[in-house]
Amino acid sequence: MTSNALSRIFSALADPTRRDMVARLSAGDATVNQLAEPYQLTLQAIYKHLKVLEDAGVVSRPPGPQPRTVRLEAEVFDLMDKWIERYRRQAEERYRRLDAVLARMNDETGNDSQEQKGSVA
Amino acid sequence: MNTIAETTIEADPKVPVIRMSRDFNATPEQLFRAHTDPELFARWIGPSGMQTRVVEWDARTGGSWRYVSTRDGQEYGFRGCFHEVRPDRIVQTFTWEGQPDEVALGTLWFEDLGNGRTRLHTQSLTDSFEGRDAWLASGMKVGVDEGYAKLEEMLANGTV
Repeated sequence: MTSNALSRIFSALADPTRRDMVARLSAGDATVNQLAEPYQLTLQAIYKHLKVLEDAGVVSRPPGPQPRTVRLEAEVFDLMDKWIERYRRQAEERYRRLDAVLARMNDETGNDSQEQKGSVA
Repeated sequence: MNTIAETTIEADPKVPVIRMSRDFNATPEQLFRAHTDPELFARWIGPSGMQTRVVEWDARTGGSWRYVSTRDGQEYGFRGCFHEVRPDRIVQTFTWEGQPDEVALGTLWFEDLGNGRTRLHTQSLTDSFEGRDAWLASGMKVGVDEGYAKLEEMLANGTV
């Protein structure tokens, strides 16, 4: 069940048009017509994309006066940010280990050149 | 000692790519060695809490590599090819053996900043956004269980 929810988010965001819609919604809510504007797509196709995003819980269309606006579910977006930040932190941890390896390499070459100086003197 | 800015990351919205960069107090030659000498490489590649054993390592253009990371008796194998190995640039494929059909293309290059400092640039290209995002979400594939536990919690308590 939970991994289904996760795969739905992944596949919802796998499509470039839907990614673009999500990026635009991050700037603010929009009506379906506003969302459809930049694309060479029928309104029907736009609704289809929206349905995928809605089913995945990425966007919602809260009930209200017509035309209803589409809203980004901020939690899902935050989740993406968290994934990226965690990935970055793991890389940073890895690179700190690399710092240590490089520092030791520096020490070794440092000692080598000191020894050389010593032998010259 | 110079302070080093932390790793920067970018998940490209147009192509399924993850880009990162990080500065090091080292020369490009040293960074190259740390990436191509199997003994040095195994010391830092991690992930943390795991032991990495390099099984196969031919860091030359056209060569191949394989290493196994172990945690709590569980083994995770990774392998790929060295497509191009040059002093300033390494291009290689990367596969987690648990998902052999998903092959990422990694490019890394070393930018000499002078005064013994080098900026490491890395770029990983996956074959789909779905794959890229799953990759990001799991941290590093290996961390799937650990990473998903938190996510499952969020899904379960309705945060997502």
